[in-house]
Amino acid sequence: MTKISPEALIIRFTVRPLNAQDPRSRGCLADAHALGITSAQAIHCSDFYFIEGDLSEADLQRLAAELLCNPVTQRAEWKPAGAAPAPLPQGVSLVEVALRPGVTDPVAEELVRAAAVLGVAGVKRAASGQRYEIEGQVSPEELERLANRLLANPVIQRCAFHEITPLFPQEAQASDTVERLDLRSLDDAGLLALSQTRRAALDLQEMRAIQEYCRAENRDLTDVEFEAIAQTWSEHCVHKTFKARITIENHNALPPALQAKFPTPTINNIMKTYLKAATDAIAAPWVLSAFVDNAGIITYDGQNEVSFKVETHNHPSAVEPFGGANTGVGGVIRDVLGVSARPVAATDVLCFGPQDLDVDSLPKGVLHPRRILSGVVGGVQDYGNKIGIPTVSGGILYEEGFTANPLVFCGCLGIAPLNSHPRQIQPGDRVIVIGGRTGRDGLRGATFSSMTMDAQTGEVAGASVQIGNPITEKGTIEVVVRARDLGLYNAITDCGAGGFSSAIGEMSSTIGADVDLSSAPLKYPGLAPWEIWLSEAQERMVLAVPPQNLPALKDICAVYDVELTDLGQFEPTGRLVVRCGGRVVLNLENHFLHDGIPQRQLTARLSTRPPAEAALPEKLDAAKTLLALLAHPNIASKEAVIRIYDHEVQGGTTIKPLTGAEDDGPSDAAVLRLMGTRGTAAVVLSAGINPEYGKVDAGRMAHAVVDEAVRNAVAVGANPDRLAVLDNFCWGDPLRPETLGSLLEAARGCYEAALLHRTPFISGKDSLNNEYTGHDGQRHAIAPTLLISGIGVMEDLSLAVTMDLKKAGSRLYRVGFFDPALGGSHLNLVLGLTGGQAPAVAERTPQVYRRLHQAISQRLVRACHDLSEGGLAVAAAEMCIGGRLGLRLALPGGTDARLALFGETTGCLLVEVEPRLALAFEQLFAGLPLQYMGTVEAAPALTIEQEGRVLLNLGLPQLISAWNGKAWEA
Amino acid sequence: MQPRALILHANGINRDLDVAQALELAGAQPEILHLNQLRAAATPWDQYQMLVIPGGFSYADALGGGRLFAIDLNAWFSDQLQAFIAAGKPVLGICNGFQVLVKAGVLPGRPELKTTLTFNENGHFECRWVEMLPRSQKCLWTRGLQNAITCPVAHGEGQFVFSDPAGADLLAEQDEIALIYAHRGQPANGRYPANPNGSIHDIAGVCNPAGNVLGLMPHPEDHIFQHQHPRWTRGEHTGSGLQLFINGVTFARQF
Repeated sequence: MTKISPEALIIRFTVRPLNAQDPRSRGCLADAHALGITSAQAIHCSDFYFIEGDLSEADLQRLAAELLCNPVTQRAEWKPAGAAPAPLPQGVSLVEVALRPGVTDPVAEELVRAAAVLGVAGVKRAASGQRYEIEGQVSPEELERLANRLLANPVIQRCAFHEITPLFPQEAQASDTVERLDLRSLDDAGLLALSQTRRAALDLQEMRAIQEYCRAENRDLTDVEFEAIAQTWSEHCVHKTFKARITIENHNALPPALQAKFPTPTINNIMKTYLKAATDAIAAPWVLSAFVDNAGIITYDGQNEVSFKVETHNHPSAVEPFGGANTGVGGVIRDVLGVSARPVAATDVLCFGPQDLDVDSLPKGVLHPRRILSGVVGGVQDYGNKIGIPTVSGGILYEEGFTANPLVFCGCLGIAPLNSHPRQIQPGDRVIVIGGRTGRDGLRGATFSSMTMDAQTGEVAGASVQIGNPITEKGTIEVVVRARDLGLYNAITDCGAGGFSSAIGEMSSTIGADVDLSSAPLKYPGLAPWEIWLSEAQERMVLAVPPQNLPALKDICAVYDVELTDLGQFEPTGRLVVRCGGRVVLNLENHFLHDGIPQRQLTARLSTRPPAEAALPEKLDAAKTLLALLAHPNIASKEAVIRIYDHEVQGGTTIKPLTGAEDDGPSDAAVLRLMGTRGTAAVVLSAGINPEYGKVDAGRMAHAVVDEAVRNAVAVGANPDRLAVLDNFCWGDPLRPETLGSLLEAARGCYEAALLHRTPFISGKDSLNNEYTGHDGQRHAIAPTLLISGIGVMEDLSLAVTMDLKKAGSRLYRVGFFDPALGGSHLNLVLGLTGGQAPAVAERTPQVYRRLHQAISQRLVRACHDLSEGGLAVAAAEMCIGGRLGLRLALPGGTDARLALFGETTGCLLVEVEPRLALAFEQLFAGLPLQYMGTVEAAPALTIEQEGRVLLNLGLPQLISAWNGKAWEA
Repeated sequence: MQPRALILHANGINRDLDVAQALELAGAQPEILHLNQLRAAATPWDQYQMLVIPGGFSYADALGGGRLFAIDLNAWFSDQLQAFIAAGKPVLGICNGFQVLVKAGVLPGRPELKTTLTFNENGHFECRWVEMLPRSQKCLWTRGLQNAITCPVAHGEGQFVFSDPAGADLLAEQDEIALIYAHRGQPANGRYPANPNGSIHDIAGVCNPAGNVLGLMPHPEDHIFQHQHPRWTRGEHTGSGLQLFINGVTFARQF
């Protein structure tokens, strides 16, 4: 066999589709046209692989035929990587894209493994990439735009307009460099400068506390120690704003209503005062863990507990949408794994800038909202589908403020046998890491996400971006679940932001640990100790394992190809010691590291400005308005996105995200019967979010979204007495008093709402500093946005109700305290108005929900749908679409039809009731607001009248086409 | 007798528990074993009466769905697999498992036909409920089934294609098109979304010439309970996927 000459050890394979009209190429062309590059007439996508090794021609042929190329659909060619490229035909331009060295390339990893299985032993390493041949008279500027806006993201990829050269991770010399930082001699300016240059996001008080520690221990700090402190004290990890002492600067000037809510001018610790306090006051016996573990936990069916966590991954998703969302999903799954639960469902709520935003109006350094959306949705899809966890509920919202700061909320539900999560580390337990290897990915993510962003962020934070590998994480799930059942570990946590530093630091905070980084498995050499300690490489879990259990754990890991490393042991020293080889690189007292952070003193300013008066036009074409609302991107069908997520794997999704006669109606909440459980119990997952209300009144917004999460859950059949909620605050910079003021009002609103509905908070997370300083020096902040996620239990799955109309002849009722408002309404949005109050929540709304639940439990309800964005008319239209049936409704006389149809209210639902059960239903609601609205019709049209006058009459096809309107396109 | 069903697990397989549940309900005794376990213990496959390769994303679909799992199978278990098939025992590949069987050369099992499962016609992964009509009387899994099966698809590479489209006619003549996509009892005739991926002849599943190996893209294992039906709250409950598994288990009892 002939050997390739030694100079040509790297071979380039190009694999092209045989069909020039392959789906990927067509999709790529459509995206290019959407970007405005209409001069591109065709784009041909193909793949290339660089393979380095000692390979014969026969080896190369085998690699092509048996590994790289599918002869039915593809053809392959290969040549030495340095050989002259084949000339391109006239009028064809080339873009090639490859990952930057060091960015995880799972395809390449699998390629190397599979080549060995095939018996082609000489393959040393590989890299993969994509090639785009563009036909048409595309100008160099357009090509550049195409490359940077569509085909490549410079943060993780490099691109070339010729055949790209192979690059592998640099074999930098093994680095054991440890810098010493002299803090003792620095003045205040010096301290701040140090915080800035190391992007530590620490303020002067905090820097001084570190300086004092150095003086007390009479020494300098290593860079490992400094980075570890910065991470432990970051907003992301320690939530210093939520724990701060806050002074309301305009307390004297508050109107009486606000004074009643905030009787004292200072609030010590938002988290304790409002969120934990509500949970403690409700004291629900079925809450097993709130705010203590990686996820909140409630009882389920007597044998099992269910856990739920929702995280945000906003900053990473702004910079690298695919990777950011991808690892957001991966991260929250590990949170649930961190309470020893098997992950069984995922949720995703996404907020983006307007999809039709003018490209030229984008702040510099910001990706276009279309690009962010497709990347984020792709990232969620990739991780959730591949790891085999159904994505069962979510939402997508558009608002200008999210252009530079998209919000990506990822949730995960888990199940475990009751009380099977161990939490007791014993002295002598080994510090065991399982899962992925450590690389330079995601450095300083914890501090990065604690800062506002600017035009440079994309570049500087390149290293903050992580790329996930769902298959590796799937392996860790298999291992952890089995290890739990065998009782092999005493404690577990995930490596999230802050990596080892956060995970091992947190675990050892009550005891102490001594670990050696030199045994940590690395993706490539050259990492300095602080980089290993702080790396946010994905898919890693840390376990405290008694030494005698280690062999059994190793056996399980071997089955699932999960790497296991013993880093050291937990010791009752009260100190965290980290070594690298023989050298101690970190030696910190637990007390200082975890309790040494000075409490932040912050100032808030509450808004006392009443909202502007609402100003509706005298005449409003109800039919046109309804169609405009249905077509509004926030309300329109999300089917295009929902369908690319697997919502069926694990076989438990009983009420699916889309429902009804044609499987396209929007469900209020998801209902899951979890595999492996017996009996009739089911879990309900719901959500409430409304940044439009946040712009008007943050306190009312909090009330409204808690109410929405409860309402949605009750609508499908959840028991309102078995419902817990999670909070996710996404706000701007809390150092601005107005921003902190609205945060305070929202937190207070959460407290009131939780007590009102008797729904305890079991977990929460805040993401602050969602601001962006544009090239113009202007700050672009998001609207105050609070996501409330609900988790409920229903005892009998067969009672679940969907929102689609079921049968002609049924009666339709509206239940609840109907008090439509215009502030923050989507009617305002479609009319271009801003005035009005945000809707409030009536004191007795919880009674309505409990009564409705009784009705559902007595099987009196055929369909049920809540009133939310777009008001009553939109809810009615959605029920018609869901059931492919009509409605003939009448509004009560004497009310403002514009407001009644489209105003937004809390606490209300539309309920379909069989005529023979109508009396029983009405009697059940005695003493509570119930309004008979009309009947379900076989004729496919929505007709709404008032006092004999037809306000609107729209055929089902019109409703459907508006709702599937061109305004929405994935 | 409860036939023992071997369910193969490789890194990234994720519907193993779903199919184990379906097999158990159909009367089999399922065992999920990772390829590493089978290799380490040198487990003989002949103690099993059924073989199932479940859905998922083995090896992240790198280099094409099922490709790398197929390489593992042929490199490590070729003899066991061939013996199992030659014995006439029921073999089932679902979704990723179907891709594995096609790329390992087991399906359609006619050397004269070059086929593969490639990207959906619409270019992306899609999850939706579909209807399938059982067609083949040669295939032990679909033989005698009267009713349509309603169940979800969840795949991005499910379009069954032939190098030479005439191959599809041959498979049809030979009664080896086991299942086709349908809409209200009639063949989908290529129309999306009833045919979700653009497969020629609405092919949802095919069998080998002996009829004991079935591969299909949809997931009958995710419709074995009434409350999994997307329209159960509307009183719809037909189309359970369980009948397919019962057929396989019943046949397996003879071994």
